[in-house]
Amino acid sequence: MTDTPVLSVRDLTVEIPTRHGILRPVDQVSYDIRAGEILGVVGESGAGKSMTGNAVIGLLDPPARITGGEVLLKGEPIHDIPRSKLRRLRGKHMGMIFQDPLTSLNPLLTIGDQLTETITEHLNVGQDEARKRAIAALDEVGIPAASARIGSYPHEFSGGMRQRVVIALALCAEPELVIADEPTTALDVSVQAQIVALLKRLCRERGVAVMLVTHDMGVIAEAADRVAVMYAGRLAELGPVREVITNAHHPYTAGLMASTPLASVGQKRLKQIPGAMPRLGALPDGCAFHPRCEYAQDKCRREPGPSIEACDGRAACWFPLGTTQKEDTVA
Amino acid sequence: MSALISIRNLTRRFDVSKPWLNRVIERLNKAYLTAVSDVSFDIEENSVYALVGESGSGKSTIGKIVVGLTPPSEGSVKINDTDLATETDAAKIEAVRDEIQMIFQDPFASLNPRWRVRDIIAEPVAAKGGDTAGLAERLLEQVGLSAADASKYPHEFSGGQRQRICIARALASEPKIIVCDEPTSALDVSVQSQVLNLMSDLREEFGLTYLFISHDLTVVRHMADRIGVLYLGRLVEEAPRDALFTDPKHPYTQMLFDAAPRMDAFGREVDPPKGEIPDAINPPSGCAFHPRCPIAIDRCSKERPEMRLLGQTRVACHRAE
Repeated sequence: MTDTPVLSVRDLTVEIPTRHGILRPVDQVSYDIRAGEILGVVGESGAGKSMTGNAVIGLLDPPARITGGEVLLKGEPIHDIPRSKLRRLRGKHMGMIFQDPLTSLNPLLTIGDQLTETITEHLNVGQDEARKRAIAALDEVGIPAASARIGSYPHEFSGGMRQRVVIALALCAEPELVIADEPTTALDVSVQAQIVALLKRLCRERGVAVMLVTHDMGVIAEAADRVAVMYAGRLAELGPVREVITNAHHPYTAGLMASTPLASVGQKRLKQIPGAMPRLGALPDGCAFHPRCEYAQDKCRREPGPSIEACDGRAACWFPLGTTQKEDTVA
Repeated sequence: MSALISIRNLTRRFDVSKPWLNRVIERLNKAYLTAVSDVSFDIEENSVYALVGESGSGKSTIGKIVVGLTPPSEGSVKINDTDLATETDAAKIEAVRDEIQMIFQDPFASLNPRWRVRDIIAEPVAAKGGDTAGLAERLLEQVGLSAADASKYPHEFSGGQRQRICIARALASEPKIIVCDEPTSALDVSVQSQVLNLMSDLREEFGLTYLFISHDLTVVRHMADRIGVLYLGRLVEEAPRDALFTDPKHPYTQMLFDAAPRMDAFGREVDPPKGEIPDAINPPSGCAFHPRCPIAIDRCSKERPEMRLLGQTRVACHRAE
């Protein structure tokens, strides 16, 4: 394996022009994902985590468009290439797993048809070979009796099995990068554990780089190697998962971790962050988090948060929480 | 201790047969889905009783039966010793109904987009011809919104604020019991904690009793006093919160706990649970969990386990000890 990250996102900015001005759902986001690594992207709804995934894979719905920064796949820029070329890359080099497995499968085609279509489209193989590979792919994601189920339609599968089919579909052309957008949100706890274990295994065995977008801290803690926390379109914090969860540098991350019921076991009240995420059209001046931040100072109200590199390499915050007073970080 | 709600041998079947002509031509029998099967438990006054389970476990159906949105097929639900399904005295039914309200999962679907917030909140009182002057404003402040919000429409609020409006509406008729069906599943973590704290505060202030339905073990652990675990319509285990979380007796409960993601389990390699919830139309014989159970024996596939009392825990398992 080379040292070039599979995916490298540099200062990515997405803008949506509207009647009331330009919205910026993704604002100067930078991160890398290496082969065999799972990068968790967390944030609340509207933080821009799905939009980042869609921008990377070139599936932004107009009028949303990339207006700045670059996306490099194995060192090659892919953010400004023609749609037809991007179409060849998608599937072959990048796989996508969406939240709702029922809407991402075609209900009128058997899963075998959908798999073989993807395989023949991207790999230079014949129908018979494609069918064999489709069965192998279903087998690999743990669908029992794969050769018998290949002629089934999506509605004949349960939710968890359907998500497995979607994963098989994303992986059948052997991509280097998989973007999983809330892959377990629609599933039950026990099935979620199965899918997370499957993603981890595939990532490890095949050396695929995975971008795992979710709002579930527990899933991130168990699956991800590194985690990126997003707030109002910007990266708030980026670092190794254990560090970020146990010792957050950004007050938003600290608040987010503390407000999960798991963090307050045995306590009468949950910790809470006051207020809600601002709308994109009405972002406050200065750091977008300052109205909800208990550590906010004058500088935070005046100047936008610094970039992660300009700060301590971890958090985009003027006054990152220190490593010394750990108890004070959750309040 | 008196039980405010007493549920005995509750069963609810849904007819999922094909149309009669298809049945005649294809020689099919009638098909029934048993959503709730022989469930019994009590809810104490001023406590939080949580029902947990995965999809298809029947937790929402029980909630609907308790508020009277759907009748039971067998068994009874008694609220203050009144059974809504069989009671004939209209005044008594009315009195019990006044005491129950419900909060639903999706705050985007449960508020009428064409009504002003004031009318939405006052509706439970207005429908009975009660006095609604200033009611909505007062309740809005109680749930952490401002009185000026009363003349707005639901679309002007975020998800968490809408759920607060739903809570205000549920409080309007001054109920004793609130059935909460996944009240925070549609909300973000930071907003979820706000809503859960609000619900705890209101419970103390008004002496409410919650039937709290959720699939999220972490939320249940925070909110509930007593927890019932459902699997395929059957109550498999029931215990006070601490007893359940420190010492789960039923293999299904243990499996759920193991599968739930944890924040301190970095890179944990779990052995994920095997299989999925079986088809509720043709449930497995004996104990419904036996095909997935790691400690199942012959008896489990033949004989449905009765509820047994083990310490503080009631558990339906042949092998639990």
